[in-house]
Amino acid sequence: MKQTARIISTYSADVMGVCSALFELGGMTIMHDASGCNSTYTTHDEPRWFDMDSMVYISGISEIEAIMGDDEKLISDIVDAAEVLKPAFIAIAGTPIPTMTGFDFEAVASVIEHRTGIPSFGFPTTGMNTYIHGASMALAGIAERFVDDPSKSDTQHMSPRKLMSVVDNCCMRPNGIKVNILGLTPLDFSTNGQDESIVQWLRNEGFEVISKWAMGSSLGEIRRSAEADVNLVVSAAGFGAARVLYERFGIPYAVGVPIGNELPGLLADQIILNVKKFKEMDAAASEKAPFESRIISVESGVFLSEDGSSYEKGFAAVIGEGVYSLSLASSVEMELGIPCKVLCATECPEDILRECDRMTPDEDDIIPELAGASYVIADPLYRPIVPESAKFIPLPSEAFSGRLYREEITNLIEDFDQLLNKIN
Amino acid sequence: MLKKVNEKQNIKLDASEIPHVRIADANFPAPFRSGLEYSSPARGTWNIVHTGMLIPEAHEIFVCAAGCLRGVVLTAAEMGTQDRFSTVAVRENNLLDGDMEELVIEGVTDIINKLPKRPPAVLVYTSCVHHFTGVDLDMIYATLRSRFPDIDFTDCYMNPIMRKSGLTPDQLMRSRLYMLLHEREKNPDAVAIIGNDLPTDEDSDLMHMLKGAGLKVHEITSCKNYAEYQEMAESCVYVSYNPDAAPGGDMLAERLGGTHYALKFSFDYDEIDETFAGLAGTLEKATGRTGLAMSPGEIAAKRAECERELEKTKKLIGDTPVSIDYTFCPRPLGLAKLLLDHGINVTRVYVDGIPGGDRAAFDHLKKDHPDLMIYPTVHPGMRFARTANEEDGKFVLAIGQKAAAFDNTNHFVNVVEGGGMTGFEAVTRTCALIRDAYMNEKEMRELVQVKGLGCEVCIR
Repeated sequence: MKQTARIISTYSADVMGVCSALFELGGMTIMHDASGCNSTYTTHDEPRWFDMDSMVYISGISEIEAIMGDDEKLISDIVDAAEVLKPAFIAIAGTPIPTMTGFDFEAVASVIEHRTGIPSFGFPTTGMNTYIHGASMALAGIAERFVDDPSKSDTQHMSPRKLMSVVDNCCMRPNGIKVNILGLTPLDFSTNGQDESIVQWLRNEGFEVISKWAMGSSLGEIRRSAEADVNLVVSAAGFGAARVLYERFGIPYAVGVPIGNELPGLLADQIILNVKKFKEMDAAASEKAPFESRIISVESGVFLSEDGSSYEKGFAAVIGEGVYSLSLASSVEMELGIPCKVLCATECPEDILRECDRMTPDEDDIIPELAGASYVIADPLYRPIVPESAKFIPLPSEAFSGRLYREEITNLIEDFDQLLNKIN
Repeated sequence: MLKKVNEKQNIKLDASEIPHVRIADANFPAPFRSGLEYSSPARGTWNIVHTGMLIPEAHEIFVCAAGCLRGVVLTAAEMGTQDRFSTVAVRENNLLDGDMEELVIEGVTDIINKLPKRPPAVLVYTSCVHHFTGVDLDMIYATLRSRFPDIDFTDCYMNPIMRKSGLTPDQLMRSRLYMLLHEREKNPDAVAIIGNDLPTDEDSDLMHMLKGAGLKVHEITSCKNYAEYQEMAESCVYVSYNPDAAPGGDMLAERLGGTHYALKFSFDYDEIDETFAGLAGTLEKATGRTGLAMSPGEIAAKRAECERELEKTKKLIGDTPVSIDYTFCPRPLGLAKLLLDHGINVTRVYVDGIPGGDRAAFDHLKKDHPDLMIYPTVHPGMRFARTANEEDGKFVLAIGQKAAAFDNTNHFVNVVEGGGMTGFEAVTRTCALIRDAYMNEKEMRELVQVKGLGCEVCIR
C-alpha cells in the first residue's frame, strides 16, 4: 500500500529543507509548528547545529492559537526576537497544522517585514513533502530577493552579457567562466568535504566559483551570483534557484555531480557548452527561451541515455536523490558497464530522469523495482527491503538516515574508486 | 567556539545579555514569557518512541506527516528497533479527501499483514492532524480490534499541539504504557513501580522498602517479554514517583483495581519522611504486612548520611559555581535549595516553567537565596548562551545535560529524569555524582547529543 513503510526510514521533510538551505546565511528561520520539528531538525537533519550559531526556531503554536487563528502571537514573537537578534532576513516555514488552518504565509511575512524592516519570507511548506521541495523553495526565495542585479549596480561587476565575450575568447575552454553551485546542503552532501571537493574540482577545471548555495558562502557572496555565467545544479534542491536566476538574469545551468573518473570531464564540457549554446540561442531568439529548454546536460549525454541495456536482470539500482543518483548511476554504467537505474525517492523534475529510471516515493514502489537487481546502492536503512540475491552497497545519506551513519558517508567526488571496489 | 554564520551581522550576546531573571524577581510558575523556541542540542531525555518500546515485543505504528515521522523513525533506527517500528504517511490529499480513518485502518492493516511475525501488541500513534480533523478514533480502534482479535491495540498520541491543554503528551504516553494490561487476580505479595523510563535503583529507599518487605516488584524496565509484562496486572499497589506518571497511575488503578500511590520525588528530608510513611501505610493496608515504615533510628541514620555526603561534597568543590537544569530530575529547585542551604554555590537553574512540586522550594529560594539566577532553555537568546559562557571562561560544574551544554562544561552530571533515584538515596547519590563530575571530565559534546540516555542505542 502506498504511504506505508513497514521498515524503511523517511526522508527529511520540506520544512527542514528550508532550514537547511538557509542555515548559513545569517537569517532567522521559524518553523511554524507546535513542537517536535525543531528537535527533529536539530538532531537528525542538521549536522552543523552544535557548532554554528544559526537562528532556527519553532513557533510553539498551541491548540488554542490554532483554533482561534491567532497569527498575531506568532507575528509579535518574531518581531520581538528580531529586534534583539537583528537577523539578515526572516523566513517562516509551514508544517501540517498551519496547512490545515489555511495560514497565509505571504501575508504574515509581509506584516513582519513592514514592522521590522527586515526582508521576510513565507514558505508554504506542509511537512508532507521531502526536503528537496523546501530547500528548492527557500533557495528560489533567496534568488528572488537577495541576488543583486549587476545592471543596476554601481560596482564594477560585469554583466552576464559582457561575460559571454569571455566564452568567445576562451574557445570552449573554461578559463574565466564563472559558476554558482546550486543545491548544496548537508542533507545530500553531509559535512565531510564534498562541497569543497566540488569547488576544488571546478577550480581545477579552470572555472571560477562565485557562490555556493548554500554551504560555505555568506549572504554577501550569494548576492554576487548574477556575476556567474552558468549555474551548476548539484541536487534537485537547486532547481528553484536555477529557474529564478535564469528568469532574472538569463543564466543557464548544467546538472550533475562530478562523481567518477569519466563523468566529471563530461560535466565540465557540458558547463562550457551550455554557456556557449546559451549565447547562440540568445542571439538567434527574439525572446528568451523557456526555462526548461535550458536543460542541456541530459540531451547531450552527461547522464547516459539508455542503449538497449536490460534493466530486468543483472542490473544495479541506485536509490536516493535524483541528481546525485543519476550522476552515480551514469558513472557506474560508464566505468563498469553495468546497467544502472535510478529509483528517485525525492522530488525531481521528471524530464531529467531516463526512461529506465523511476520515481519511487514509497516502500511499495521500490520493492518491485529491485526484483532482479544484482547490485543495490542505497542508504543502509534501505537494506531490509533489498532482496538477498542482490549485493547491497551502503551509501549513507543524511537526508534518509540522519546522523546514524555519518562517519561512513563517502566523499564520492574524491574517492569514487572506493565504491567501485565494493561493487567488484 | 561556535562559528559565526554571518560575520557581517556578527550576532552575539554577552553573558549578561543572555536572558535570565533573579529568582527574587521571578514569577511562579512561568518566569519567562512564551515565544519562539530554541532547541538545545542536549538530547538525553526520552521521547514517546523510547517509552513505547519498553513494552516487550510490541510494534509501534506512527500515522502522521513525513516531517513528524522523521524524528520518530530515526529514534527507532538509532535504538536498533526498526523491526518493531512502521509508519503511515499522511499526505495533503488525505486532509482534503476526508479519508483519514480509512488511511489509518488500511495502513495499519497493510503493515501488520507484512510483518514477518504477528506482534502481541500494536501501539498506534495518531497526531495533531487527526485531532484537528475530528477523526473517529473509537471507530478506528474498534475496526482494528475486530480485524486482528489476537492483537492488543492501544491508542497513543504524537500531538504536541496539546502540550498546553490537558494531559501533556508525556503524561499521556506514560499512561498508555499500561493500557494493554489485562485484568487478572490480584496478588497481595506483588507491587509495581510504574511510569519510569529508567529502572529504579536497587539501592534506592523505595526498593529497600519494597524488597525488604518481601514483595515481588514489577517494573516495565525489567520485563523481558509480553507475558512478563502482563504479570504486572497482578499488583495490588502501583507506585509512581515521576510526577508525569501520576495520571496514568490513577487510570490504571481505576481500570484494574488496586491502589495507586504517587511517591513524591524530593530532596527535602521532611517531605521524604512524609511520603515514605504514606507509602508504608498504603502497602501495609494492601498487603496485610506491618512494620514497613522506616523507624526513627533508620531515618536519623539516613539524614546523617546525607549531611555527611553534602559536607564532603562542599569540602571538595568549594565555591565552584554549580548549575542545574530541569532534565536532571523533576525537582530542580528542590535540589538547588538543598545544595545552597549546605553552602554549595548554585548560581543558575535552567528551567522554563517551575514544576508545581517545586513551589515550596521556589518560595524558600526567593527569600533565602534571592540572587540565584533562573535561565530559560528555549528562549531564542539561548542560542548564543554557549558562546557567551565560553567567552566568559568561568569554570562551572553542571548538573544535567542542558546545563552542561549551555555552560559549555565537560564537568557535568550526566543523568536524566532522576536516573532511578528516590528518597534519601537521591541526595547521597547526587552528591557522589557531583564529586565525580568535579574530578572527572566527560565528552560533553558527544554525550549530550545521544537520544534517550540509558536506552538501548547504537549511535555513539
